[in-house]
Amino acid sequence: MEPYKKHESIAALLNRSNVDTDQIIPKQFLKKVERSGFGKHLFHDWRFNDDGSENTDFELNKSTFKGAKILVAGDNFGCGSSREHAPWAIADYGFNTIISSSYADIFFNNCFKNSILPIVATKKQLASLMKEISENEGVRFIVDLENQELTTPANNGFTFEIDPFRKENLAKGLDDIGLTLLQTDKIDQYEEKHKQSYPWLWV
Amino acid sequence: MKKTMYEKIWDSHLVVEVPGQAPLLYVDRHLMHEVTSPQAFEGLRLANRKVRNPHSILATMDHCVPTKDRDLPIADPIAKKQIETMANNCQENGLNLYDMKNPNNGVIHIVVPEHGFVHPGMVVVCGDSHTATHGAFGALAFGIGTSEVEHVMVSQTLPQQKSKTMLIQIDGELSKYASAKDIALAITGKIGTAGGTGHVIEYAGDAITALSMEGRMTLCNMAIEAGARAGLVAPDQKTYDYLKGREFTPSGKNWDAALAYWKSLPSDDGAKFDTVVELNASKIEPQVTWGTSPEQVTGVTDIIPAPEDFDDEIKRQACTNALDYMGLKAHTKITDIPVDLIFIGSCTNGRIEDFRIAAEVTKGKKVAQGVTAIAVPGSYHVKQQAEEEGLDKIFIDAGWEWREPGCSMCLAMNGDELTVGQRSASTSNRNFEGRQGKGGRTHLVSPAMAAAAASAGHFVDIRNL
Ligand code: SF4
Repeated sequence: MEPYKKHESIAALLNRSNVDTDQIIPKQFLKKVERSGFGKHLFHDWRFNDDGSENTDFELNKSTFKGAKILVAGDNFGCGSSREHAPWAIADYGFNTIISSSYADIFFNNCFKNSILPIVATKKQLASLMKEISENEGVRFIVDLENQELTTPANNGFTFEIDPFRKENLAKGLDDIGLTLLQTDKIDQYEEKHKQSYPWLWV
Repeated sequence: MKKTMYEKIWDSHLVVEVPGQAPLLYVDRHLMHEVTSPQAFEGLRLANRKVRNPHSILATMDHCVPTKDRDLPIADPIAKKQIETMANNCQENGLNLYDMKNPNNGVIHIVVPEHGFVHPGMVVVCGDSHTATHGAFGALAFGIGTSEVEHVMVSQTLPQQKSKTMLIQIDGELSKYASAKDIALAITGKIGTAGGTGHVIEYAGDAITALSMEGRMTLCNMAIEAGARAGLVAPDQKTYDYLKGREFTPSGKNWDAALAYWKSLPSDDGAKFDTVVELNASKIEPQVTWGTSPEQVTGVTDIIPAPEDFDDEIKRQACTNALDYMGLKAHTKITDIPVDLIFIGSCTNGRIEDFRIAAEVTKGKKVAQGVTAIAVPGSYHVKQQAEEEGLDKIFIDAGWEWREPGCSMCLAMNGDELTVGQRSASTSNRNFEGRQGKGGRTHLVSPAMAAAAASAGHFVDIRNL
């Protein structure tokens, strides 16, 4: 996984609550053989009209939000099914940070496996961020994982909480596989021993 | 300390235990098919990682492959893409693939033992729950998810929690025509589909030692239907005889060393199991499932139960739902259930023995009017062997279709499927709603029972034939 680095980026506003994984990535797109390429289907039913053209009323289609890496959204984000296609789509679209007041459990866990930082804000903090974006679309926020700090031009930033173990994995870009690979020396040693005990497995 | 076979394999494969993390277990063999691997390969590419031990992997194409007109292009574009993706992935990573046209092609769990790729004492994984099959050789074999497929490709290890152990002791002699499949179904009926949850099962007793390797594979294959992670049978002379001389089996000096190791694997006398279940083989009748879960099963001489026969509220409701879906009335005799389609095949019962017994029952008979019967060998080798023995003729003369190998109607992903309301007698392993096609009704049975139903048009007690 990509290590998560401090960055300054446009914050897009999706002022809706209970955004579920079916909206994030509708089921007709789950048949693919790839894990990537789901970004173009992100929020498909909101984002596109029936004829396939862009729905200009949808928030994220605003030109001011193009290139945003931060998504600011309403309460209970990512509820619904466990599909990991949801974080796959979000990451592939270009977001690496979500800010909301709460997340569905499974979605929250899945984010960390896909280099996405889900920041938990208080309702009040979230409201201020939303106000700041509405009044100044295209505004850029700074996310500093190391110091657990969000900074905004109108001073609505705050320090956020994150589990230290997850923080480290995110900062170093370690997934489960990455964690296991930290044990590569041990695996090598084991394998050497294994080869001597069971040589017939290696011919 | 006295150890079970599971504990011996676990201990010898433990790579490291990091505090606060799950123990890392070493994986010897990794089996693959086209459906559960594509995203794992994609993950490798995105992270710019490599397959650690390409020689530990054996791949096949089985789930989506057509069982007839193999020379024509695959009609379903999604299936076609999946097949092509598999071929490319294997080529890119230098993996051994038995593709659709390869003479070694077939269902993964049939093909792997044919080549001696799994030996006693190994840890074996595959993105497929029926990996349990390979426990027949005394290997710890279990199914994993797509992220784990990637994990194993990269690291040759998996973080794992230790399972509990269950001993299923089956003594006594099976009656003629009762088979490993009937033992497997009877176990599921007795302990339920969650009975083995959190456990690795070891099957032991005279009835198990008496089984052929094919029978042991059928039995372990369905450990998953009893909820267990894996099933195991202690290796013995039959195991060694089966393995000897196969492509990936050790030879020469290595054979002697391997054999000595294999002989050290069976559970120590007096080793403790967390759970013990006992069955008497002589009481096991040929089994027939009547519902939509493998635990909804009974003997062929029995009747279909009624919801009120169950004390448990959940089971009562499940019975009501199952009878409704299956279009069956409570208290109907099993032998009065008519069938429309017969399927012999799958990784449960697609081996040479299965076709031999089915042919024995079929010989000189005709498929009943209105019934379709298809025989799908588990691999090209099974097909070829059966043809050398003239079994294909027996089926064809009786009105059966003799197909190319694949998973076929076991999960109905390749276009072979039941239509709405159609009722099958199937030698596969799952009778879930829609498993063999939307609205299709599945009765799980042994190959002999399936063959007998083909000519009778309904279930019959093969012991009376
Ligand atoms: S035959 Fe059925 S159970 Fe076996 S691998 Fe194929 S689909 Fe799975």
